[in-house]
Amino acid sequence: MAKTALQFRHNSRDVAVFVDGGANLLTTLRELVGDMTPKFGCGQGGCGACTVLIDGDAHLACLTLAETVAGRAVETLDGLKDGPNLHPLQRAFMEHFAAQCGYCTPGMLMAAKALLDRNPSPTRDEVVNAIAGNICRCTGYEPIIDAVLAAASGGMRGLHGPEHVPSPHMSPRTF
Amino acid sequence: MARHRGRGMASINYPIGMNLGGDPSQALVHSNPSGKFTVSLSSIDLGQGMKSVTRQICAETLGVPVEDVYVDTADSDTGPHCMGSFASRGTHRVGNAVMAAAREARGVMMEAAAEELEVNAADLDTDGRGNIHVKGAPHRSISTKDVAVAAQFKQGKTISGRGIFLVPLSAVDPETGEMSPATCYAHACLVAEVEVDDETGEVAMVRMDSAYELGRALNPRLVEQQLVGGAWMGISHALFETTEPYYPDPGHGPRDFVDYLMPGPGDICPHDIAVLERPAADGPFGAKGPGEMCANPVLPAVANAIFNAVGVRIDELPITPEKVLRAIRAQGGARPQARR
Ligand code: FES
Ligand code: FES
Repeated sequence: MAKTALQFRHNSRDVAVFVDGGANLLTTLRELVGDMTPKFGCGQGGCGACTVLIDGDAHLACLTLAETVAGRAVETLDGLKDGPNLHPLQRAFMEHFAAQCGYCTPGMLMAAKALLDRNPSPTRDEVVNAIAGNICRCTGYEPIIDAVLAAASGGMRGLHGPEHVPSPHMSPRTF
Repeated sequence: MARHRGRGMASINYPIGMNLGGDPSQALVHSNPSGKFTVSLSSIDLGQGMKSVTRQICAETLGVPVEDVYVDTADSDTGPHCMGSFASRGTHRVGNAVMAAAREARGVMMEAAAEELEVNAADLDTDGRGNIHVKGAPHRSISTKDVAVAAQFKQGKTISGRGIFLVPLSAVDPETGEMSPATCYAHACLVAEVEVDDETGEVAMVRMDSAYELGRALNPRLVEQQLVGGAWMGISHALFETTEPYYPDPGHGPRDFVDYLMPGPGDICPHDIAVLERPAADGPFGAKGPGEMCANPVLPAVANAIFNAVGVRIDELPITPEKVLRAIRAQGGARPQARR
């Protein structure tokens, strides 16, 4: 099958890969870019483990056609920490024991980041809503919700926001 | 058409581990020349925290800082044998094996230290901070690192220990058939409050209150994490999860995870937990195990709460809206029971 050249921003750098027509973003990130932080849970939009940010909005990488991110900014868990310093959300997840097996954690962190970038002091309901598409088999969600609220009330201040201005609406390119 | 509140409760008596073949697990502990210790296990940490707990048990038994212990798990090709991570057995069975291995390793460590300090090993003690000293004379001391180096390069000794835990065989009473299948039991009681919609058959969790008696909580934060997460699994088994949602027609069964329902963040409820600690006589530092048993009381409590709310007794899991609705119809409408 013919391959297409695809360029996009992956966290803090530009990447270029050749993708098959119809390839999804999750496989592209994991197999071509080598970023294993977005997880494959179900491959069909049911679990949220593959959540990444595209131009600041949370998307399911497994349901996103790779070619649609051409020229756009894709953020994954791999880019969340700042050198050796964990992101406040990551610290809050540790402090609140918000991970057990950890499989849902990358998706949870990215869904939470999408929320806090746009709404730095969410209510509990808003947090629940933001992670409503993410399944966790282990924690019972309570510690995750607590961690996101804690990161919101304490940690997010003084952190550099994303380079772009997040749009208040869902991206029109939602798949 | 209305929503009905109901409250139900359940108590459980949970045998820790199983009995088959004595339910054994093994552990090996050895020191590296750096004075750090490695615990080798084939037991699996699925995220429940067994690595943390066995690390604590090993450090406490050896008398060294917890930072000086590394736990290597889950290569069943090369590690010592383990029956597995199930039946709330990890802390109790594997913990006991680690304790036995660490005790033996501690014995060698003290002998090696005694040789360096030229005293009797029985006169030595550890300070838990990485030093071994003569009892009553803390200035006559040697670091565990120096002991490890001396054992390795001077004395030619391996500071190591082997441990196994095997449940003693319980004889069957020929008269009554009675035997004792488990060596210790954990207990729990849980009250669930639900809201049942008699138009849709949907059951919403309102709140849960529970008390768990599980021996000594070796790591209270991990115990709490297990209980919160396990109760979620209980809700999931009670109301959501099945591989046959459209039974009796298996042809309409789920083919993938999208059809396999589990509660999302919006389906949980406040859960207040009390942990009671009654040390088990044969548990490592008195621990039993909170692992699997924390999901169990939720199921009967939810089924009882549904009966209390609308008067229908569903005895097949999961309790789906369809089953609730059919049962309500069959009895000619919701029959709320006396409020409990
Ligand atoms: S892998 Fe994308 S939603 Fe499950
Ligand atoms: S921590 Fe295991 S799935 Fe969330």
